[in-house]
Amino acid sequence: MSEPVPITINVNGRKRSAMVEPRLLLVHFLRESLNLTGTHVGCDTSQCGACTVLLDGSSAKSCTVFAVQADGSEVQTIEGLADGDELHPLQDGFWEEHGLQCGYCTPGMIMSAVNLLEENPAPSEAEIREGISGNLCRCTGYQHIVNAIQHAAERMAQS
Amino acid sequence: MTIADGPALPKLIGERVKRREDPRLIQGQATYVDDIKLPGMLHLAFKRSDIAHGVITRIDTSAAAAMDGVELVITGTELADHLGPMPIGTPFPAPDHFSVATDKVRYVGEPVAVVVAEDRYIARDAADAIEVEYDELPAVVDPEAAMEADSATLHEGFERNIAVESYWGGTGVNPETAQPEDDSAVDAAFAEADVVVSQRMLNQRLAPNAMEPRGVVAQYEPGREYLTVWSATQNPHILRTLVAAMMGLGEHQVRAVAPEVGGGFGCKINIYGEEYVAAALSRLVKAPVKWIEDRTEAFLTTTHGRDLLGYIDLAAKSDGTITGLKARIIADIGAYEVLLTAMIPTLTGLMMNGVYRLPVVRHELTEVFTNKTPTDAYRGAGRPEGLYFLERAVDMVARELDMDPAEIRRKNFVPADEFPFATQSGLVYDSGNYEPCLDKALEVADWQGLLAERDAARAEGRIVGVGLSFYVEVCGLGPSAVVPTGGWEHSGVTVERGGKVTATTGASPHGQGNETTFAQMLADHFSIPLEDITILHGDTGVVKQGIGTFGSRSQAVGGAALISAAGKAGDKMKQFAAAMMTDQEVSPEDLVFEDGRIQVEGAPEVSKTFAEVADYAYVPVPLPPGMEPGVSEEAFFEPENNTYPFGCHISMVEVDRDTGETKLLKLIAVDDCGNVINPLIVDGQVHGGLAQGIGQAMFEEVVYDEDGQPVTASFMDYVMPRAADLPVFELDRTVTPTPINPLGAKGVGEAGTIGSTPCVVNAAVDALAPFGVTHIEMPLRPERMWRIINEGEGGQS
Ligand code: FES
Ligand code: FES
Repeated sequence: MSEPVPITINVNGRKRSAMVEPRLLLVHFLRESLNLTGTHVGCDTSQCGACTVLLDGSSAKSCTVFAVQADGSEVQTIEGLADGDELHPLQDGFWEEHGLQCGYCTPGMIMSAVNLLEENPAPSEAEIREGISGNLCRCTGYQHIVNAIQHAAERMAQS
Repeated sequence: MTIADGPALPKLIGERVKRREDPRLIQGQATYVDDIKLPGMLHLAFKRSDIAHGVITRIDTSAAAAMDGVELVITGTELADHLGPMPIGTPFPAPDHFSVATDKVRYVGEPVAVVVAEDRYIARDAADAIEVEYDELPAVVDPEAAMEADSATLHEGFERNIAVESYWGGTGVNPETAQPEDDSAVDAAFAEADVVVSQRMLNQRLAPNAMEPRGVVAQYEPGREYLTVWSATQNPHILRTLVAAMMGLGEHQVRAVAPEVGGGFGCKINIYGEEYVAAALSRLVKAPVKWIEDRTEAFLTTTHGRDLLGYIDLAAKSDGTITGLKARIIADIGAYEVLLTAMIPTLTGLMMNGVYRLPVVRHELTEVFTNKTPTDAYRGAGRPEGLYFLERAVDMVARELDMDPAEIRRKNFVPADEFPFATQSGLVYDSGNYEPCLDKALEVADWQGLLAERDAARAEGRIVGVGLSFYVEVCGLGPSAVVPTGGWEHSGVTVERGGKVTATTGASPHGQGNETTFAQMLADHFSIPLEDITILHGDTGVVKQGIGTFGSRSQAVGGAALISAAGKAGDKMKQFAAAMMTDQEVSPEDLVFEDGRIQVEGAPEVSKTFAEVADYAYVPVPLPPGMEPGVSEEAFFEPENNTYPFGCHISMVEVDRDTGETKLLKLIAVDDCGNVINPLIVDGQVHGGLAQGIGQAMFEEVVYDEDGQPVTASFMDYVMPRAADLPVFELDRTVTPTPINPLGAKGVGEAGTIGSTPCVVNAAVDALAPFGVTHIEMPLRPERMWRIINEGEGGQS
């Protein structure tokens, strides 16, 4: 074990400083140190996407990033997505279209979709399926997730 | 909207109601086991065997124990002083199975020692520092070779590794002894057949892979002599019963909680060694402890599903009339029997009558120990295997006779007027109407159009096939006679002051949406708004009794218990309402619930609001004669039979000539699960099941090498279906209610996994039929397909 190092990460718009072990994963920093338990862990080989957050605006698997690597960065998690009481269109889309069952993959899935729609605001069905292929869901068969993202894309296009 | 205004409330049963559980889940506010933190909580890590089979000769825990932050290191032998062998839930003989191995290891991943430490990183480091030496034994990997006299054996007292030997069922078999008594009908059916197809088929081993791994938090409070266990389980009440027994406690001393649970699919039915160990170590170290499985551990130690080898013979007349089925089934159950291990494969033979009026069915089951992870339920649990074997064989007969796969099925259906229908295996199908379901599927798929499309594609040199399957499955487990834990379900319904309703259910959802569907049912029952209802579940401290969620039983059994409890609560509300209206000479029988009021049927002016009556019930002055205050009722529902949903799936696949890759172009599913409470949720259940069934057909397989080393222990090697692998599913349904419960609902949790697998493989065989194949083993690996196309391995796949 090596000595703790100081880090400061802007998480969901709030500056968070801490002393962390260099080997501490970002996902554990979020979950254990900050109690932001909406970000989940589903694997140990960075294959499932359950831990997806936005790191400086792009989706990143927080199980493959050390907290020290995120020093000085901005991180957005599922907890920071809604605007006060107003759900993000993707959250709303997932609710409206039954894009989740057990909900375990959902925060990561939604954060990936946020990134997807930022890069491609009007994706085709195939582009959505491709875009979320880094995220595993065992419950839904993905169809309602695709519908949810389409729902959100339409709503975002209108506003 | 206030009740007193009496606006008309829409009926909600059958409506697409958005889920009430979602707001917490989409905002990261749900509490899964790993989100629980208790003051002073310590963390467990397990040292696990890295060999498949061997005798433990030495364990050195000194380095681990000396590490900073390590509280305790304990071996299996030491733990055996605190925990006996684990209980199972089947009547079959089983070898002793300790939570942590004491003398011998029998699969890679089996625990050999446990560390308790301050945090999970330290616990992991310490577990890695434990040194274990083994005398290695030959690994038993192939279930057929395992039964040879010269095979190594896993367990003393289980000769030739046989756990369950020749368990027979069907025509001419004595159900008491499970042994054949009269072979004449079976022999005659095969002797008189015009065609007999015979095929060896493997229904391969799968990893359930709920996205949330397992996890447990246990807190033993010595001063209260009370244990609380939070676990990612499908059945907290069964957990309470078993953990109490293992700990030498009464059920009154244990509370089991299933908080938010991230999927189960059968693998969270079993109560695992880690749960017992957490409870025992919490008592030992006098602190709460937590263990969270990582994905590698999940692949190695969470129960696997399927792994049945079938030798199938199907006999038919030249006109396509199927006259008999024989099945010899070998189940590779892995290293131990856990909760339901030995029972699951028995469902396979039981369901092999399928939807057909088979005059003769005979099945023989043998279960074999190998040095692999134990098996137990995985979505469908026994039925997908049976229906796969049957629906593949029916397709083979159709091909042999050059019949349309739809028409051979139609010809052999159990006719609608023969329900309830007693099968040769001894089941009684509750209700069914198969032909309209087949017709609808053919119509939705445009079957003739699909065939034409396939032929046109073939004419262009593409490799395209279409497939069809028709399944029946068994849902709504119980009754108690067939479920070792009891097959009933329990529910409580309390009308609170102010007319709000709190209900409890022993069904313990982990994605099924019961908080929504059960509230829909109560909203309609009492004619009150959905928002006025809370459904509580998953906590034995809150839900008085229960069995849990498996076997597609939530609605068919749990929903029926809910309606029964609601009926009792409603009766009491009507009695109080009538007492409030004595001057109008109203009797309770005249009253109905209507838009937030309790009123005389057809006379809304003679009424009280639901809220007023509830308030009166809690301050009943005067107390009506013979009544107790309050409205809090409960009910157990014991089903008299199972329910038998059915459906027809159709698919189209294309195989790439150069890469051997199979692409699923279309999947049409027309399912009949009886009455539907919420079509959105039912569609979601079907979608999820389809993806898993397609996953089995196309991608998934747990593979061990000849030394018993798992080679698929991560998502890199075990291929799970991803969004881009799947087409848009086209769903429709027919509705044939069940008479078994008052809802008419049959259950839908597993349907998708049952019909889709044979449907997709049938399509793949159709695609490659021009290359001479009649069967292809799952999964449809590109290499396998490529060889058939390019090396002419017809029939040898
Ligand atoms: S937990 Fe990060 S990818 Fe699976
Ligand atoms: S909703 Fe359960 S894993 Fe996606």
